Amino acid sequence: MKNKHLQKISFIILKMFPNFKQQYFLSRLFHRYRDLAPQLVPLDYTNQPDVRLPYELIGSMPELKDNPFRQRIAEVFSEDGEGNMTLDDFLDMFSVLSEMAPRDLKAYYAFKIYDFNNDNFICKSDLEKTLNKLTRNELTEDEVRMVCEKVIDEADLDNDGRLSLEDFQHMIVRAPDFLREVCNFHHRFTSTMRGKMRKKIQEITL
Amino acid sequence: HIFCSSKNPHEESMSEGERARLMEEVEEKKKLIANIRNKPWRMKRRLKHLKEAQLFVDKFEGALGKGKGRKLYAYKVMMMKKWIKFQRDFENFKTACIPWERKIKEVESHFGSSVASYFIFLRWMYGMNLVLFSLTFGLVVIPEVLMGLPYGSIPRKTVPREEQDTAMDYSVLTDFNGYCKYSVLFYGYYNNQRTIGFLKFRLPLSYLMVGIGTFGYSLMVVIRTMAKNADVGGGDGEDSEFTFAWKMFTSWDYLIGNAETADNKYASITTSFKESIVDEQENQKDENIHLRRFLRVLANFLITCTLGGSGYLIYFVVKRSQEFANRDDLGWYEKNELEIIMSLLGLVGPMLFETIAELEEYHPRIALKWQLGRIFALFLGNLYTFLLALFDEVNAKLEEEKDIKNASIWFMKEYFANFTANNPNETGTPPPIEPADVIRGPCWETTVGIEFVKLTISDIQVTYLTILIGDFLRALIVRFLNYCWCWDLEAGWPSYGEFDISGNVLGLVFNQGMIWMGSFYAPGLVGINVLRLLTSMYYQCWAVMACNVPHERVFKASKSNNFYMGLLLLILFLSLLPVVYTIMSLPPSFDCGPFSGKERMFDVIIETIELDLPSFLGTLFSYAANPGLIIPAILLMVLAIYYLNSVSEAYKNANNELKKKMQMARDEEKNRRNNKDSTNQVMKDLEDLLPNRSNLPPPEEKKDKPDERKPKVKPGAAGNAVNLQKDVSLASVNPNARGPVTQAPGPRAPGPGNSRGRGQGPPPRH
Repeated sequence: MKNKHLQKISFIILKMFPNFKQQYFLSRLFHRYRDLAPQLVPLDYTNQPDVRLPYELIGSMPELKDNPFRQRIAEVFSEDGEGNMTLDDFLDMFSVLSEMAPRDLKAYYAFKIYDFNNDNFICKSDLEKTLNKLTRNELTEDEVRMVCEKVIDEADLDNDGRLSLEDFQHMIVRAPDFLREVCNFHHRFTSTMRGKMRKKIQEITL
Repeated sequence: HIFCSSKNPHEESMSEGERARLMEEVEEKKKLIANIRNKPWRMKRRLKHLKEAQLFVDKFEGALGKGKGRKLYAYKVMMMKKWIKFQRDFENFKTACIPWERKIKEVESHFGSSVASYFIFLRWMYGMNLVLFSLTFGLVVIPEVLMGLPYGSIPRKTVPREEQDTAMDYSVLTDFNGYCKYSVLFYGYYNNQRTIGFLKFRLPLSYLMVGIGTFGYSLMVVIRTMAKNADVGGGDGEDSEFTFAWKMFTSWDYLIGNAETADNKYASITTSFKESIVDEQENQKDENIHLRRFLRVLANFLITCTLGGSGYLIYFVVKRSQEFANRDDLGWYEKNELEIIMSLLGLVGPMLFETIAELEEYHPRIALKWQLGRIFALFLGNLYTFLLALFDEVNAKLEEEKDIKNASIWFMKEYFANFTANNPNETGTPPPIEPADVIRGPCWETTVGIEFVKLTISDIQVTYLTILIGDFLRALIVRFLNYCWCWDLEAGWPSYGEFDISGNVLGLVFNQGMIWMGSFYAPGLVGINVLRLLTSMYYQCWAVMACNVPHERVFKASKSNNFYMGLLLLILFLSLLPVVYTIMSLPPSFDCGPFSGKERMFDVIIETIELDLPSFLGTLFSYAANPGLIIPAILLMVLAIYYLNSVSEAYKNANNELKKKMQMARDEEKNRRNNKDSTNQVMKDLEDLLPNRSNLPPPEEKKDKPDERKPKVKPGAAGNAVNLQKDVSLASVNPNARGPVTQAPGPRAPGPGNSRGRGQGPPPRH
């Protein structure tokens, strides 16, 4: 691989996807990134150019465009906190949102995503925003208020009226659906690979 | 092994202690490399640490064991990944095999789980009817068609001479006379030959066995489904610890990549929240209990009066119709009085029940059950009149049969006499009478079968028309007339209809009862039902999505469908009774059907035992039929039921105790975290007794949490005991460090190690 920078990153990625030859997989992710804006992203990353793709491009990716939390996801993983992602951020995002990422890591990032005002607590206003995004503002104000109160009631263990990271993790790791559906892109991503390619890679890896 | 293979020249100059320390550090770095993906670090930071760690390891580690370890690890991970993928694919395949799953999910996302439960019930019925159909078709209809005598060969298979001109008329066919009556659809067509075809297929035996087997299979399936549902419903049902929190944080499916699916998901999330809100509001309501109880008793009293009144009305009208049957000068009203009264009751009754039920103020789910039960009781009256009328007809036909039997014998004698008289020179036997000319008996079984088929067909027509007019036309009118009407049609009256769950479920249940009763006399009925259920599924799904609006209070269906199953079971028993009665006590017709010529229908079994089975089995069965054996068997079964019942009670109690314990443990833990006093008075006293522990040094700041929290989660790949630098680079200082404030609780030992798996902690002091 010509890109030394990518070579190093690939080793980390390999731990996430150990049955894919690092070159092929990384280059696939890299090309996904590049395809969003071919004129901005150079092919040679050896000198680690400072290229950021604006949020609008990231948010239009098929994995993200229907997700109500896409803006938060982009903000959480981007360096500048605004949703504009470098290649590193992009790879970060896919590695955390993959199937092989451990549960605790996902829980940590889920907390970050739902914390809209970035104060390291999920407070009532964060909950209200989450709920409204989930239901597209279909619930009445009373109902929203009631649900948020119930959530705090259920999950807040240190009684400060808002959810800290420990409260959140304590609650989320018991959820039956968490690993399967939440924060999980990988399945969709790899299912776009053709069968022939997949076999080829497995030959190389084994 | 590292020491042996290392060729590092520096090693020899190091002491044992240094070597051990170095090895430890190398291990640490290797663990860091292995677990670097668990860290919530930015890519740059990860790269930096990875580079450092790799350099270190490469410098000081030997070559042995490194390569193999990695390959093995990679292989293990790959196998695990393959296994996960295989499991998921298999689950997907199994789900894809279930028909109409997507349709039902769509209905569920818009209308809630209670409406969807009707469609799930409908699908289940379709499956059961499909099996019954294949049984009947494969073992009764096909053998008769393939190996039996063809149409027109014997009297029972031929349309009589008098009817042949009109046999093809449309009006005659829709009444199921003419060619329909003399076809495989009905009982009368089947021949009573003991064995047919070269396979020596015993058709009468098969007919009886399939008839009984239909009930047996249905019973088994209903009970099995009830048991399975009871299992699921019992567990961690509605009172889980984090209902709302889970709904909020884990309900969005990140794998959705399609706008329509996303729309459905939004709708289903909203509906699910609304359902939980309704449940929660019910729990929070607390009113005057006495007033509510009084109102409920009053409501039940009113409804019992209504049911009693309707029962008496039905009885009265039936009596009158029996009197009318003897008269000739009947007006239109008198002729149709019975049907009119029954239809009126069917329309007015449910509405009345719903109005009265408003007094009771039950949770919508429970109110639905009451409504179902009451309408069921009302419709039993319907069933009663229908069966009564049918039995009257059957008895009349049995009387008629006796006369016709004599008449047909005379007819035959006359025919032969005439033949001999007209052809005095013929010496051979006269040719047999044309099948179309033979005098026929009334064949009551076919009549009964025709009645059931007509009932089913009219039921289908009424249901479809009701949906078309009551829902579709109404929706059209409300939608388009709204532009030019004085008041708001959509918000006020009549507005769009809501899906009537109770009416539809009961319709389905009663329909199935009719099928069970009628399929013995009309084998084709099950096929008609299968078609009906299939078209019903598509038609009603379309109608619900196009013409109905969700209920005002969307409620979650009970986890099990056991209430519907219970009704179905009741109807199954009710429909078993008439069929068993006719098999045991009524004589079959003498000239039609597979049992013609026998005294009772079950004689065919006795015949089979005598002729086909080895003789010792015959003696065995005669012993088994001895009352001296049957009564103890029944007693034993009663005792077994009693025993199993008490065992299940005991389990239920144990279950409740465990639930209570869990709840107590949760509350206990919550209180502990809040540093409140323990709820357990004994523990509190003990705490007061113990010496003050504030003399101990304050816990290290590097420890991430106070000791008492037990790690509930496996820490994942991050090593437990390794003291790595942790970094929360995306967040600033962890504001939750509660270190010195918490006084370690007295008698409890520090929890088993600090849980390192979270990947965060107090920021390192650089």
